This record gives sequence, structure tokens and C-alpha cells, in this order.
Amino acid sequence: MEKSEEKALQIAACKIRLGAVESVWSAKSGHPGGALSAADIIAYLYFKEMHVNPSDPKNADRDRFVLSKGHSCPALYAALALKGYFAWDELRKFRHIGALLQGHPNMKETPGIDMSTGSLGQGVSAACGIALAGKMDGKAYRVYSMLGDGEIDEGEVWEAAMFAAHHKLDNLCLIVDWNGLQIDGTIEEIAGPEPIDEKYRAFGFDVQTIDGHKFDAIEKAFAHAKTVKDKPSAIIAKTVKGKGVSYMENAVGWHGKAPNDEQYEIAKSELTAELARLEAE
Amino acid sequence: MAEMVKKATRESYGLALTELGDKYPNLVVLDADLAEATKTIFFRRKFPDRFIDCGIAECNMIGVAAGLAASGKIPFANSFAMFSAGRAFEQVRNSVGYPHLNVKIGGSHAGISVGEDGATHQCLEDLALMRTIPGMVVLNPADHYEMQAAVRAAAAYQGPVYIRLGRLAVESFNNNDDYHFEIGKGITLRDGKDITVIATGLMVSRALEAVKDLEKQGIDARLINIHTLKPLDRELIVKAARETGKVVTVEEHNVIGGLGDAVCSVLCEECPTPVVKIGVNDVFGHSGPALDLLEEFGLCASHIEKVVKEFLARK
Repeated sequence: MEKSEEKALQIAACKIRLGAVESVWSAKSGHPGGALSAADIIAYLYFKEMHVNPSDPKNADRDRFVLSKGHSCPALYAALALKGYFAWDELRKFRHIGALLQGHPNMKETPGIDMSTGSLGQGVSAACGIALAGKMDGKAYRVYSMLGDGEIDEGEVWEAAMFAAHHKLDNLCLIVDWNGLQIDGTIEEIAGPEPIDEKYRAFGFDVQTIDGHKFDAIEKAFAHAKTVKDKPSAIIAKTVKGKGVSYMENAVGWHGKAPNDEQYEIAKSELTAELARLEAE
Repeated sequence: MAEMVKKATRESYGLALTELGDKYPNLVVLDADLAEATKTIFFRRKFPDRFIDCGIAECNMIGVAAGLAASGKIPFANSFAMFSAGRAFEQVRNSVGYPHLNVKIGGSHAGISVGEDGATHQCLEDLALMRTIPGMVVLNPADHYEMQAAVRAAAAYQGPVYIRLGRLAVESFNNNDDYHFEIGKGITLRDGKDITVIATGLMVSRALEAVKDLEKQGIDARLINIHTLKPLDRELIVKAARETGKVVTVEEHNVIGGLGDAVCSVLCEECPTPVVKIGVNDVFGHSGPALDLLEEFGLCASHIEKVVKEFLARK
């Protein structure tokens, strides 16, 4: 990846983190930890990988993104705002009465949302349906769906995995945001889903494990996934929950809690400093 | 008069889907390893490329159907009512109902008349569950002709629809030559002034038998067929209650949350009227031949007659 391109993606990801933290702070509720761990991959999807057009959000040939871990929507909303689907100001109304941006993604109301999600385990099934429709209609679009590593405790995730492989959905690419934490503790303490890569491989996926914060690794993984034939892809992305905000990093408590005003100022100043550093380079 | 047909409504459903396959190239059918039982096998034979067997994984099936609908397909997703409406309730609510996607859900082998399979498979809650989902149309057709018309109407309607299908063969009573089906419009099968019987699904034919017998005994009972539990035909129900003063509801479902409760809710608000609910009285079923079970649980013409007569005798 070219340096300038990497820089542009890092800047986009940093802005997404700023928007995510701002929206959760404004709402006085929401899920910052998993939004921050997912921010780099979401930035890559919307600013490099996917063929989408904010002025034609329902185009039948567009690539789709289903955020199966719907609670991480603050990052998705910030990416969509940055891309131009709606005004950046909407982030400040996140979770408020009458807001365009609901607590979890709502495809009926929010431009750019391809599937309503939030109840864990369900988005990935819908992603399979979208991918299958693409196959039936001979369309070239690709379907991306991001799951949480806690979310894969859900049985439906594995029903969907079996379905995707059985139907040879090579237009489907799953990303597991492997940040290691869920609400009640580490994923290994709670339900022990590892080894995640071997499980997906056993279900018939092409599996890659990458650093989910390194754009060159993310680029290589998505590029490889496009070459895979007759099987779906899973990218297991090792990430840091709360990435980019010092006191949120790897802290279980920041799964579903909003920063207070003082904490928000710290987060904002850290991310703003990082943005300034990137832009100055 | 149309030919009398004796068929289970699941079979009428499978035949109607197969007929609609030609009309709607984007119609697809999903099943969860029960195609032989739900009769979607008819569609599979004719349109194998548009039939998706999801295996025994109903929750994923509903989600896949949601994704197909979000991509312009008209998916009909099927299993036994216990699983499509029961097990996958939350998928139906969140992945289909909330985004108001154009998914049709078939719930087969509903009610006590599943018979020998027993309580685990006798779904007596599906109408209640599906009614609670905002924007969900809930259909419970009564015979072959009504089911065929209902499937056509569901395919033409834009939005989520639940269709209840029965396992037991039922003699048709509708006259197909002039039969008109409209979602949300009840049908007055017999006029009457002494009392109103409101029935749905399999129970309509039983209720028809009952009101014919009652007529011979000098009782002039009105009979209304409610094939659409939601949206409910409030106007027709209120008018009947106002004109007859007493209402009996009959359903092959728990008396909690189904037709009886829906009727009571309307009448409480608009025309308080004494109502007696016939249904399964908040108990689980058990194994046995379907017809024997229907008799045992009071879901038969003789019991309907008895209830009507006792009700009319009340001061």
C-alpha cells in the first residue's frame, strides 16, 4: 500500500473514532469499546474496499456491509457521515428521541444501513441471504459482515456459517473483530470460543488471521478474499478493544458505557492530537 | 358451485406457491428440512433453483429470508409453526418485522391437530406471537380455496405476512366461483340474529356444521370466518356483536392471545359484549389421533353447539 493511501485511511479511521466517541458521549450511552476496535476495518471498507455511492444508497449492484455486531454502530455511523450519507451533525443526536441514528442500525430509516441489526447472531444470516440473492441473480456485488468475538457464542452464527459454506458463498466475507473482551469478561473466561480460526476452517471457510489495525494487512486480506472461489471467507482480525483512547484500551468496563464530560475531553484531546500528528506528517 | 375438495391447507399452500412461481420470477421458497411435510416439495420439484433448503436451522432460515427480501426477492420461509413462529420468533421480530421486510412465513402443522407428535409439536401460541409484531399480517385460512387465495394475496402484498397451515385434511366449504379474499376482511358465512360465532382456520368448518345443526333446533346463529387475525376486521365484529348481543369465538389455539382475545379486545373498546372463548384452555396437548384430540379439547361441532346453547340459556 502506498504511504499516502495508508495515511488517508489512518486519518479516516481517526475521524471515525472521534465521531464514535462524540456520539456515545452525546447520547450518554452506547458502546464505545467495540466501535473503536472495529474503526480501522470499517474505514478500509468504506474508503477503499466497497463499491458504494452515498448518493445512490439503494443501488441494486452495490457492495453491502452488514454490521452483525450492531452495537458497534457509532463507528459505522461516523464512517457513513464521513462518506456523505448524512450530515456529521447527526452523530450528536445519536440515541436521542427522533434521531436518524438509532441505538442499533435501522435500515428503514438510516441511509447506508444495509440491514437492521443489533440482536446478536442475526446479521450474519441476513448477509448470507443477500449473498445468495447476488448469486441467484448473477450479480457481481460482494457482501461484508462483521461479527464480534463475543457474538460468536450465538448458535445462529454457526448455522449461518454452515449455510454459507454449503452454498459456496464466495461473495461473502466475514470479519471477526477479535478484541478478546465481552461484557462479563474476556471471551475465554465467559464461553471459550477459541480457536476461532480453526472453527471457521472446519466449517468450510477460507480463513486469514490478521492485525486488524494495520492497513497493509487489512488490504492483503481483503484482496486475497476476492480470489477465493467456491467458499466463503473469514478474516479473524486481532484488535484492541477501545483502540485509540488510552483509558478504554483493553478495559472490559468500556464495552457499553459512555464517557462523562471529563473523560470525553481526554478522549477527544488524545484523538485530536493523533489526527493532528497524522495530518502534519 | 365449486368442486368440494378435501385437502390439508398445507397442501393447498404448496400448490398455490407452485402456481405463483411462474407469475413471480423473484419468488423463492425456503424450508428447514420439512419440505415433504410443509408441501413446499411441490415448488422444489418445479423450481429447484429457487428452492433453498436451510437444514434444521430455522433461526438462520428467517435471517437468510430477510437478506433475500432486502435484495428484491419474495421469500416464503417455512417450517412447523412451532419452529418458524416459535423458535425463530425473535428473528422474525428483529430481522423481518422491525425492518418491515417482504418475507412470508409459513407455519405448518399448527394446533392440536398435529396429532400423534404430541405437545412439543402442537403449536398453540403462533397466532399470539405473530400478532404482537408491529406490521405483521397474520392469516389463518380455513379451506383449500381460501388458502390458495390467501397465498396469492400474501405474494401480492408488500410486507411481512405469517400464514398458518394445518396438517389435517379439511373438506372445502367455500364456493370458489364467487369466493373473494381480501386481507383484513372477515366473511359472514351465515347471517343470524340470536348469537354470533366467530371462528378461524380449521375451526370454521366445525363451526359451520354447528350453526347448521343449531338452525334445525331453532337457533339462528350468525357465523363469521376470520381468516385474517391481523389486521382484524373490527367493523364486522362490532356490528355482529351489536346485532346479536352474544359472541362465541372458536380457535385451535391457546385461548390466551389468539382470536378470542383479539375479539374481546375490540369489543371491550367499542361495544362491550359477553364473549365465550372456545380454544385450548391454557394447557399443553398430548399424543393421539387428530380427530380424537379435537373432540377431547372441545374443538368440534358438538361442543360448539353445547356452548352456544348454554350461553343463550344464561340470563
